[in-house]
Amino acid sequence: MDVRAQPQPSAFAMYRALVGIGVVCGLLIVAVYEGTKPMIDANKAQALERAIFRVLPKAKASRTFVPSGDGFVSTKGPAQGERIYAGYDESGALIGLALEAAGMGYADTIHVLYGYDFEAQTIAGLVVLQSKETPGLGDKIEKDPAFLKNFEALNVQLDGQEQGLAHEIVAVKSGAKTKDYEVDGITGATISSKAIAALLQASASRWVPRLRARRLDFEAQAEVQP
Amino acid sequence: MNDEPLWSIFLNASLVNNFVLAYFLGICPFLGVSGKISTASRMGAAVTFVMLVSSACAYGIHAFLVMIDAPYLQLISFIVVIASTVQLVEMFIKKVSPALFRALGIFLPLITTNCAILGLALFQTNKGYDLVQSLTYAVGAGLGFTLALVLMAGVREKLDLADVPDVVRGTAVTLMVAGILSVGFMGFAGLGG
Amino acid sequence: MSSEVMTSPTDEFLKGLWRENPVFVQVLGMCPVLAVTNSAINALAMGLASTFVLVMANAAVSTLRNFIPKQVRIASYILIIATFVTIVEYVIQAMSLELHKALGAFISLIVVNCLILGRAEAFASKNTVPRAVLDGLGMGLGFTLALFCLGSVREILGSGALFGFSIFPEGYQPWVIMILPSGGFFTLGAWLLIFNAFAKRRAARLARQEPAL
Repeated sequence: MDVRAQPQPSAFAMYRALVGIGVVCGLLIVAVYEGTKPMIDANKAQALERAIFRVLPKAKASRTFVPSGDGFVSTKGPAQGERIYAGYDESGALIGLALEAAGMGYADTIHVLYGYDFEAQTIAGLVVLQSKETPGLGDKIEKDPAFLKNFEALNVQLDGQEQGLAHEIVAVKSGAKTKDYEVDGITGATISSKAIAALLQASASRWVPRLRARRLDFEAQAEVQP
Repeated sequence: MNDEPLWSIFLNASLVNNFVLAYFLGICPFLGVSGKISTASRMGAAVTFVMLVSSACAYGIHAFLVMIDAPYLQLISFIVVIASTVQLVEMFIKKVSPALFRALGIFLPLITTNCAILGLALFQTNKGYDLVQSLTYAVGAGLGFTLALVLMAGVREKLDLADVPDVVRGTAVTLMVAGILSVGFMGFAGLGG
Repeated sequence: MSSEVMTSPTDEFLKGLWRENPVFVQVLGMCPVLAVTNSAINALAMGLASTFVLVMANAAVSTLRNFIPKQVRIASYILIIATFVTIVEYVIQAMSLELHKALGAFISLIVVNCLILGRAEAFASKNTVPRAVLDGLGMGLGFTLALFCLGSVREILGSGALFGFSIFPEGYQPWVIMILPSGGFFTLGAWLLIFNAFAKRRAARLARQEPAL
């Protein structure tokens, strides 16, 4: 801190500068925020729609639901917290649900969106939303077609009491998959593959019983906008 | 809500995803202050302390901004709080230990622009950690930063006595050493996972 | 105000590109340099975003240089820089969610890029607006150039591609380490080595008054 012999600026000058700049900055930020908000929201909605239709291949339209009490209610606006997306075909019949799940991977948390097929009681598709896995190795979970095929019909049947999954989702060595609730791992990306299996297991065992029990919540819709 | 266990958060922040060697945060002090082990360890301690305070403040600010629905003020409020904290720490050190103050020199105010502190605030907010998780994260990150700094200082003290080619001397060789350290730390990946 | 020799505007702009290149010569703003340069496009985007913030901040600081008392100058600069960084972040998000995801928190971290604060303090606060803008442009583009050098090398060696276009034949095994943090350190160290070698050669040539024997 230099203490040259300079007349001390009045406290007023200092406050004026800081507050003045602060106010102008604040206004600028708010203006840009409001200005870009519609575009950003549209982008996000579009990306989400695309992901939902990738994990529920037969769906033509979707609605968003949030937990409410014991059940689920449909919601229009940007929702906070847990969200479940329901997919419907052209006639408005419920095909399945898409939900997000997250879990610790090799490098950082992995976020996925997976689809649940009511009729077949399987996971219908998986899309990795966000991951920081090792490029060239762990990040194969995002694009490797053989790995993603695991999730086109992954068994998530409920057990007798309908409280949990009948079979635990586990990852096995590449090529060793025999049961439809197993996930064929990727050679060289064992930890990432196991992470996907683990987070699906955690999410499915937690949500599927509840979602099945409240199936009517998702079906009872007057009209469905595509 | 993030339900990562505390020990996992700590290990992750200090070793697996070391702020300097994996996230590239805090490079300026890393290159600038890692010449001697003594300065390095003190810088690390100061940074850890600032991280702790900033982490708590960041948590509070984020909660407040969510309440008044003004997410766009996040960056500005974080950086202002960090700058103030550093100012306070600087005044504190000056009073308590003038020798340390002189030893750290210009690097103390530079903690404000230390991306590690702002990075910490941003990461913990993005991950949705609660207060205890955030503080654990801060301690882990600070200690990891200190570890990286001290390791680097140890190597550099030895390098000073070695016959380093002219072209590489200085920042270039420091970066290469950092690269090797980073590869070493990659061995921690999967720890606790 | 300025106590320097009056340099031409062109020189003001060019010095940031090579002679006083922020990354290779001044070694400033390192964090994003290493973190966001795992691909050429990320590097370019980061560089351009930082250039925008640098130019706007320089312009603002220069305009207000007589209005801001010395005691609160750092705080004011930080406020101004943080504002433009926030603006850039929202603009990027609106333009491309993919890019925003790729750059992540490092867009926000532009605010602590010592380069920007450094230029505001060292130059913009003591020079007219046009010169400050030129300085910002030059430094920013020099920064972007450096980022691009790093990003392209890392992407070419680490993914066998440039801007997403494969440039090596199918059988090429990429050096994955180049995309990882260690690769960032190595690549920057290598570039600095090259830079130093050139600087030494030039210095030796200038020092020799008579031709070598």
